[in-house]
Formats: sequence, C-alpha cells, structure tokens
Amino acid sequence: MSGTRLYKNAINIGGALIFGLLLSIFITLFVNSLPSIRKYGFDFITSSIWDPVFEKFGAFPFILGTILTSFISLIISIPFSLSVSLFVAEYYENTFFSKIFETLVDLLAGIPSVIYGLWGFFYVTPIVRNIQIKFSVPPTGVSILAASLILSIMIIPYASSIAKEVIKLVPIDLKEAGYSLGATRYEIIKNVIFPYAKSGIFAGILLSLGRALGETMAVTMVIGNSIQLPKNIFQPGNTIASIIANEFTEAVGELHLSALIELGLILFLITLIINLFANFIIKKQELGI
Amino acid sequence: MKIFKDRLFKFFVIFFAFLTLLPLFSIIFMIFKNGISVVNLKFLISLPKPPGETGGGVLNGIIGTLLLVFFASLIAIPLGLLAGIFLYEYRDKKVGEVLTTFVDITQGIPSIVVGIISYLWIVKKMGHFSLISGSFALSLIFLPIIAKSTKETLKMIPIYIIEASLSLGISYPRTILKVVLPSSIGGILSGILLGISRISGETAPLLFTAFGNPFLNFNILKPVSSLPHLIFVYTLSPYDNWRKHAWGCSLILIIFVLMVSSFNKFLLKKWKIKF
Amino acid sequence: MEDKILKIENFYAGYGNIEVLKDINIEIVKNKITAFMGPSGCGKTTLIRCINRMHELNKEAYHKGEIYLEGESIFSMEPVILRRKVGMVFQKPNPFPHLTIYENVLAGYIINGIKLKKEEKDRIVEENLKKVALWDEVKDKLYTRGTHLSGGQQQRLCIARTLALNPEILLLDEPTSSLDPKSTVEIEKLLEKLKENVTIIIVTHNISQASRIADYVAFIYLGELIEYGKAEKIFTSPENKITDEYLSGKFG
Repeated sequence: MSGTRLYKNAINIGGALIFGLLLSIFITLFVNSLPSIRKYGFDFITSSIWDPVFEKFGAFPFILGTILTSFISLIISIPFSLSVSLFVAEYYENTFFSKIFETLVDLLAGIPSVIYGLWGFFYVTPIVRNIQIKFSVPPTGVSILAASLILSIMIIPYASSIAKEVIKLVPIDLKEAGYSLGATRYEIIKNVIFPYAKSGIFAGILLSLGRALGETMAVTMVIGNSIQLPKNIFQPGNTIASIIANEFTEAVGELHLSALIELGLILFLITLIINLFANFIIKKQELGI
Repeated sequence: MKIFKDRLFKFFVIFFAFLTLLPLFSIIFMIFKNGISVVNLKFLISLPKPPGETGGGVLNGIIGTLLLVFFASLIAIPLGLLAGIFLYEYRDKKVGEVLTTFVDITQGIPSIVVGIISYLWIVKKMGHFSLISGSFALSLIFLPIIAKSTKETLKMIPIYIIEASLSLGISYPRTILKVVLPSSIGGILSGILLGISRISGETAPLLFTAFGNPFLNFNILKPVSSLPHLIFVYTLSPYDNWRKHAWGCSLILIIFVLMVSSFNKFLLKKWKIKF
Repeated sequence: MEDKILKIENFYAGYGNIEVLKDINIEIVKNKITAFMGPSGCGKTTLIRCINRMHELNKEAYHKGEIYLEGESIFSMEPVILRRKVGMVFQKPNPFPHLTIYENVLAGYIINGIKLKKEEKDRIVEENLKKVALWDEVKDKLYTRGTHLSGGQQQRLCIARTLALNPEILLLDEPTSSLDPKSTVEIEKLLEKLKENVTIIIVTHNISQASRIADYVAFIYLGELIEYGKAEKIFTSPENKITDEYLSGKFG
C-alpha cells in the first residue's frame, strides 16, 4: 500500500535525522579540534599555560576549575537533594503539602541560568567576600567557591526528582515488614529504602553532575574568569564552559578557536559518558523491577 | 537512643528540605524587589540608550526573544514530531532503543557546545552573526525535548483506540496521523511548552550566534538581541542604569517562564482526564 | 436453503508456535445471529478477529486455510476494504475521545478523508443513531465528546459508528461483558432488530445471552469446532457430549 510506504519513509527520515544529527555534531567538533589536537597533543590537558598571543594552549586550569566546581557543588547539593526527595516521597508522601513543595523545587530547575548568575553576582559574592576576609584571602567575591555555591543550588532539583521517583517505588510491604519488627522511620530509610533505591539515587546524582559540568552562564558570571591555575577555591578561575563563553567571539586566530572547540569536544564527551552511564543505571533499575 | 536518632534525622531532613527553598524565595523576592521599580510601559517599548545614560528600555530583547523562539519552534516542532513518531513506531525494536538513547544524549549536550555547533555550521558559512543561527542553536535544544515527549505521549494511547480505528477500515498511517496524534495533542503541547520555557531563558547558545543587537531587528540574517543576553551583558557592565535594567529583564523573563509553566501544569491536568 | 455469506474453510490460526485454531469449517448464514461460544481461551476471539483480519496485527500471528466473503477470499482483498465490509465492536467501548458524538458516528468517513455534504452527514448520523436507539438520548448533545456517555450508550455509539459504513457483517467480541444488565438487555434487543439488514457474529461466554439471541451456535473447545448448528437444536439436544457439559455449566 503506497500510503503505508510513504508513511514508513517519512518516519524513517525522522530516525535518520536523530542519528545524523548527533553523529555530525561529534564529527564537526572533532574535525575542528584537529588543528589544536595535532599541535598540542596530550599537553593540552596537562599544561597550565593559556596564551593566545604566543599560541600556547594548555587547558589544565579550566579542567581543574570544572572538576572543582562540579564536585564541590555536587557534594554540597547531595544532602539537600536527598532531604527534598525523602521529604516529598517518604515523610509527607501524597500530601497536598508535598505537592506544593515539589512544585516549588521544580521552579528552581526552571529559573534560567543567567538569572542565577545575576542573583549570585549581587547577593552571593558579597557573602563569599566576607568569608574570604575571615580567611584572610583577597576578597574578590568572584571565585571558584562562589561558582560552586550557585551551582549547588541549581543542580538540587535534578538529583531530587530522580531520587524521589525511586523512593516512591520502594514496595510498601517491605517497609511494613520493617515497621512490624519495631523499626523506626530512620531505620527503615537506612536499611530498607536506601539499599533498594540506591542505584536510582546514584543515577540522579550523576544527572546532577552532568548538569553541573555543562553549566555556563551562572558560572561565568561569578567565577572571576581568570586564566591562571587556581591554587585554592577562594581564587577566581574558569571552567571549560566559561572560558569558551568568554573567549570564543574574540578568538585570536584559527589555532585559538580550534583550542576552544577542542575544549567543547572534551565537554561534549564528558557529559556524554556521564549521561550514558546514568541512563544505563536507570534502565537497569526499570528492567530489574 | 533509637527514638532520638529517628527524631534527629527527621529534623535534619525537614531542615535541609526547607533550606532548599530559601534561595528560591530569595531569587524571586530580589527579582521583584529590584525589577518592579524598573519595569513600566516605557521600559517595555523603548530601545536601550547608549551606555552610561539613564532611561531607555529593552524592546530589542523582548522582540528578539520572541523571534528567536518563534523560528526555533518552526524548525524544531515539525522535525521533533517526526522524530518522536519514529521513536514510537520502533519503540520495541533495537533501533528504537538506540536512537532514544541518541536523543537523550543530544538533550544532554551543554548549551555552550550547541552554540559552537551553530557557529560552525551557520555563522562561519554566512560570515556574520544572525537571528537564524541563534534560532538554529535553540532548536538543537528544543528538538530532543519534543521528540521525547511526543514518544512518551503516543505510548500512552491505549491499543483499543488504534483497534477501533483499524476496524473501521482506516489504514494504519491514517490511524496514527488522524486518531492517535490528535488524541495526544495535550501531551505534545505540554512538551512544546516545556521546550519554549526552557529555550527562552537560554543564553550560552546565543553568545556567538544571535550575538546581540542594540536595535530592533526582524531580519533573520542579522544579529538580534534577547532578554537573557541583555541580562548577561548588563549585569557585568559597569553602568548602574544597565544593571537596573538587568533586574527588569529578569522580572519579565521570570514572569514569562512562570506563566508558561503554570499553563503547562493546567493543561496536563485537563488532558489527563480523557482516559 | 438459507443464504451463506461467509465460509470458513479448513482454517488454522495461531501465534508463533502456538496453534490456537485447528481445522475450522463453518458457513455463516446471512442475516442471522451466529454465536461463537466456548470456555476461556478456546480460540473464539482469535477466530472472530481472523474474519476481519485483525488477527494479523500481531507480529507473530499466522494462519492457514481460507475464509470467503460472498465467494471472495478475504486474504485477496486489501484489509482496509475488507474491514469496511466486516465491522467490529469490541468488549470495551472505544469511542474516539477527541471526537464528538456526531464525529464519532461519521469517523469511518471523516478520518478516511471522504467528503460528504452537510445534509448527507446529518442523515447518516441521525439514521444510525436511530438504528441503535441512541438518537433520542443524544440528539441535543451531538457536538459533545462521546466519553461522557454511560458504558451502554458508548457501546451503542460504537455500533452506530460501525453501521454507518453499511457493513455486510457485524462482528461483536463480548460486547456486553463490561456493561450492566440493563444495557446488556438493550443491546441484545438491538442486535435482534439489526439482523434484518446485517449478518451478526457474536462471541460470548454468557450462555444465557446466547440462548436468548442466537439463531446459530458454533461451540469451540481447545481450538476445535466441536459442534455447529441451529441454536434451538444445540441448546435442547446437542450431539456432542462436551457441548452438553459446557452448556449445562459443568465447566467453562
């Protein structure tokens, strides 16, 4: 039937589009990174000299900045994400109260990154400045610490939404068995809910991490944009995303641009691996149940 | 001791949960506090004044955001629907699973990288920044959202609706296009609204594509401003007037995002009653 | 000698490597109600779904043998054409949720892109809703969605929708098993009226329903046709012991 064949062909174009799009994104990034890859090789990742004028590009400060901000923000956010998910999915599950709470936390995820940056710039950096004064370090305000703090708030909803779903899935009879043995709620959470939900929670944390790694605007606005290797979190720095944002339009020459694109490729690959891994865990969880 | 641990844990859970809301309230409060004095009719319909001068408005940003979202929708919605139907048709086959993962990965691409791609594919070829390259970048973020939500919505249509249609001598393609898709319109619309809310707040993909423009521009081949871009540039500028404007833009943007989100929630509720 | 409209000949059907129907031979009489009966899983639903080729929608489905509609093999026709001649009503009423009652009746035309004048559309809607005794109940709310109706009303709407295409045969797969007794009786009365103009084949596990309305009965057990004949005969003096046991409620 020609109608069915036409339909099948049209649909398959949709599939080819999905395939072709991702593939060509990767190829474009790779091909345009080649000049930089060829010139700097592995040193690109280990060197800390980023000098557009003399065409020496070592991205270690930015890789470090990315790692620092992502992991610090992740560690800060985890207790909050877990508390929110336990609050909504366990302690106050199915109440009107928790529905409002969920909506509010979702709102956190809906606030554009640049607005976080604006708010962070005017209200969080002064706080960081005070902390810096207390620690007797230059009170720049903008710093790796400031970026980490803002990021930690931004990524809370990602881990909490996955965690709350898996916590809700814990079978009620497992919990009741625990209660009938005289366990407290805390013990149920620790010994029943957490072991059951832990791979889902882990996947949620990975999702938060993926988000943190790729976050650009809020970070750019409060991290200080320094190309020097940061010695501690009180210093200004840069992440891979923020250096691209800062320098791309003013790139000095083909090699500079290629270096920035290579950074984009690195970011693309890191987030790809983390998202794939998180996806894999979630699928395993779904099949296991 | 057991009881103490239990109470203490509960206290910390509630404490941290509520603490999470603190930044939310702070952000919303500050935006309203700082923005409300800036936003008035003049602000909404004027163009920016030169740096350092007072007054002026953000009409270029408002129109720019609307145009960027409009053209991004033009690209992403039809293609996203097509992709979503593909994922639905092949959902039980290996090809469908693999390409769903492809869509997930595409959705996870950092927005700055999306900007790089649009730059290399369009800006570089054209030789200058443009509205269309900005919309294209946004469509790369928008498309996976639509594809995913279309697939998930279609999956929810019960098989007995499809059987009813087939038993009336309606061909399978017509069944999908004229029965299943229209039945799914609520969920699909929801995905579209979600995407619009998301891309209207994006800045990174526009930094080297749409680039920004102090004037109004309706030409898709020329650079264009946007609200998020103005917020970015104005926040980091040394001009007090512009910084105030950043709060004004934020107020407009946040109200827009809130409105789209609430409408979306309302829509989902209304649509869920159908089955 | 009564007219035969459908001939099922040496028919086998199944899924994958599970054979559900073995060597079925039935000739359906025109303008009568034939009931396919048997215990759960006997294959009666599979058989009825073969008649309008819905069976083959399952990827692993297979069949062997022939089914002739007015002398023509249904497997040589386009399924789309066959299904307009052989309509089906399902166990769970399934009016299209996104269409109004009016549009539901006309669904077979509208969705297939067949253009009709307004007068023609109005005529079809009124005629078929009257056929299923639904016209008076819904004539003031034709332009509301069908999903607000009761189960019985929805099922009658589905029958009207199928009748609007003027099929030769109407297949019903346990059409009243999800309905209340009052709606069940309404639909049974309806079928008795309808058989004057359309041949009816009904799958039912409700023995008393079959005894009320069937003219002919085919008793199927474990995929085989055990007995087929006039309903009176089968209910009063069945030839086969298994038939007798099923009808007297000893199993099923």
